Amino acid sequence: MKDCIFTIKSNELIAENVYKLILQGDTDGITNCGQFVNIKLDGFYLRRPISVCDLQGDLLTLIYKVVGKGTEALSKMEACETLTILTGLGNGYDLEKSGGAPLLIGGGVGVPPLYLLAKKLIAKGCTVSVILGFNTEKEVFLEEEFKKLGCNTVVTTVDGSYGIKGFVTDALPEDYSYFYTCGPEPMLKAVYKSTGTSGQFSFEERMGCGFGACMGCSCKTVTGYKRICKDGPVLEKEEILWED
Amino acid sequence: MGRLSVNLCGIELENPVIPASGTFGFGYEFAEIYDINILGTFSFKGTTKDARFGNPTPRIAECTAGMINAVGLQNPGVDKVIAEELPKLKKVFHKPVMANVSGFSVEDYAYTCEKLDKEEQVGWLEVNVSCPNVHGGGMSFGTSPKAAAEVVSAVKAVTSKPVIIKLSPNVTDIAAIAKECEAAGADGISLINTLLGMRIDLKTKKPVIANKMGGFSGPAIFPVALRMVYQVANAVNVPVIGMGGVSSAEDVIEMMLAGATAVEVGAANLVNPTACKEIIETLPEIMDKYRIDNLSDIIGGAL
Repeated sequence: MKDCIFTIKSNELIAENVYKLILQGDTDGITNCGQFVNIKLDGFYLRRPISVCDLQGDLLTLIYKVVGKGTEALSKMEACETLTILTGLGNGYDLEKSGGAPLLIGGGVGVPPLYLLAKKLIAKGCTVSVILGFNTEKEVFLEEEFKKLGCNTVVTTVDGSYGIKGFVTDALPEDYSYFYTCGPEPMLKAVYKSTGTSGQFSFEERMGCGFGACMGCSCKTVTGYKRICKDGPVLEKEEILWED
Repeated sequence: MGRLSVNLCGIELENPVIPASGTFGFGYEFAEIYDINILGTFSFKGTTKDARFGNPTPRIAECTAGMINAVGLQNPGVDKVIAEELPKLKKVFHKPVMANVSGFSVEDYAYTCEKLDKEEQVGWLEVNVSCPNVHGGGMSFGTSPKAAAEVVSAVKAVTSKPVIIKLSPNVTDIAAIAKECEAAGADGISLINTLLGMRIDLKTKKPVIANKMGGFSGPAIFPVALRMVYQVANAVNVPVIGMGGVSSAEDVIEMMLAGATAVEVGAANLVNPTACKEIIETLPEIMDKYRIDNLSDIIGGAL
């Protein structure tokens, strides 16, 4: 964990309400894919947690959706402006368990952390398949980037305006060695029920601090209470307890 | 004795800055980014007799210049705190620590305090009768002078360590409660815990927090906290620990002028993990700016 000042290189709209933010600064605090950073914004008391999409040297790429006033303010920031960011938060994905042909399943703004994961899995020699789920065509992003990495990439949209009509679970392949997923909770639940192998899930929760101090984002698991921000956001399929 | 040092109930603090309970865990998350031994001390995560998960999520809501939490005293229970957390804490923090205790009955408080009293590293017991996020305990003890005093008496009977009672601002006369606690033997008073607050999500048209209401903290509450510290310091002779929205060295000095012997920093730690370090490092220059030689000289200076 490191608190550093980053300079904005670019901040551009890439899909409906979705922005790609490229930052330059000290990225040493980020030790794994699937981790997140917590961004301080002027005029907002709490930081905004955003998952790491890509990392190249001192360049950090984040993709975020405008969902409220904080992310709206972030979307208006321009190149050369600076941001104070707490980096290297959370556990991230465990690549050891991937097997040879892992499946990556992302929904909406749950897609970005899978990009760096895909890069690392390919570097490891895996054959990576990706399912990207969105509501509609205007929301689709990162499809080309995953294809360029060499991933077998499928897109689903709920309204059928692009790719396969339906949910990510309507596009599950027959064979995969393991899976990694990130997305809204209803999607994670559906993935949990529809997948035949073991896998890892990245969760989202309203956070206070983002580094394990406040207990604001705790959840119950088979292996005890966990803080989504510190002991997560990635949990193993076998330890998940769904609440409802 | 340095110019920042103060004496809190017979124990010397290198400086008056104390991370508040619930915002600092058991210290190790912060020890990753700075040497927490620079702190006066810190008040560890509120501990109860039995383990508690706390409230459902969402537990956090943002506000203008502050936040609401409804964690609900999540902690592993006093036995695990002693067996697992304190040995880990000992590795990263070498000063007396403040043990924060909550309960759901007078007996609960006494039970937990008696166990923590035997821990060598515990310097003070901070007894929380002001948690707004639990039912049938917590704040209900801190809103009645008689009930708060009963907790103090019960705890004092089982410990020889200084007992600091942490009071709720959600009352009509906080000074009256402080006086009852002093009369019952409290060695110090800490205040304020969070103010009861809430937010409603315009998209769902429902409360943001699953528990509906929670404790409001952050810079927005500083003037309310300062006023209450001033009122309590005027009413009692025991040391007062001031807290509520403290975020800067100037805030620390203001709290001390209002009568605080030491100052706790809460929400600021969550949004800036090095907040306490920065406050401690900035204090000397702010003291110079306002011609303050020793912090201990200014306690209650505005009373």
